[in-house]
Amino acid sequence: MCDACGCGDSNVVPVALSERVLAANDRGARHNREHFHDHGVIAVNLMGGPGAGKTAILEASAQALAALGEAEKVGVLAGDLATDHDAARVRAAGILAESITTGSACHLDAEMVHRGLHRLAWRSLDFLFIENVGNLVCPAVYDLGQDANVVALSVTEGEDKPLKYPTMFQKADLVLLTKTDLLPQLPDIDVARIATNLSHVMPKPAMITMSVRTGEGIDQWIQWLHGLKHLRASMRASIVGPV
Amino acid sequence: MHEYSIVQALFDRIQDAARERGAVAVRRVKLRIGEIAGVDVDLLQTAYDLFRVRTICEGAWLDVERVSARWTCPDGHGDIARGHALVCPACARPARLAAGDEIVLEQLDLEVP
Repeated sequence: MCDACGCGDSNVVPVALSERVLAANDRGARHNREHFHDHGVIAVNLMGGPGAGKTAILEASAQALAALGEAEKVGVLAGDLATDHDAARVRAAGILAESITTGSACHLDAEMVHRGLHRLAWRSLDFLFIENVGNLVCPAVYDLGQDANVVALSVTEGEDKPLKYPTMFQKADLVLLTKTDLLPQLPDIDVARIATNLSHVMPKPAMITMSVRTGEGIDQWIQWLHGLKHLRASMRASIVGPV
Repeated sequence: MHEYSIVQALFDRIQDAARERGAVAVRRVKLRIGEIAGVDVDLLQTAYDLFRVRTICEGAWLDVERVSARWTCPDGHGDIARGHALVCPACARPARLAAGDEIVLEQLDLEVP
């Protein structure tokens, strides 16, 4: 007899589960995260709409890190629906890169990243960038095991994108506002308003204005990455305890 | 369109739960979906209706409880009003998301012989 819900149907049993539907992905993400932590690799999930400038950011980062003698410490897994173009562009800029071809999937998940790791010599890296599929919705839902979420938003996409896509921006640790060299042609775009909109969806709003054409913001972005690396290193040291 | 991937994950879990308990059918699937979980409930329903044909869920009703987003002060100064910056007006600490990002399988009503 079903006493729990009172439906009177003797054959129906309510089973309370209260489980995350994406628990299997969470387990995969935890597994990736353990790998990254064991090898001291900082994994950055780079997200953004199609054409926001994700690959251009990686090309510019490759050049900036090469100038610091750190190019061989950086690798990229590039999620792409159908081509190897993004990974090829990043390889041409001088850093290690492999594609994760997703077919029709609109996002990367933890398992796809894990398979991608098998094809990339990632263990000796300082930074692994995971370039997600161009999409401001779906990628935000899947944990990949990353240390940080970085969202690229270009000035041409409009001021209201943070408010329209709160799930994505709520999970961002940093927003890179790209293509700022175009601002003189966009008199209606107010960068301060974008920052205000971000503060309504991001509890710790952080934004770097950037242009790979003029070089604006690149140094600041590299500093942010180095800061993240030091923060993670000190957190890991405190987990292990004083030597 | 990750709603299809979510329904796939949901069906994997339902099939395991039904097998564990020897269920012959599922009558109801109850989910809780947060306002900013990044899930479109209409699309989720469409994906569910496509998937459930000729499965143990063929006759199962999808019952979705929506959960509003709620941001709150981590130091107990209460909730942050909608349409404001996500910092506590009293202590200026960054707000914490108290509810609204969940994609949770809450309950299954299983028909057992």
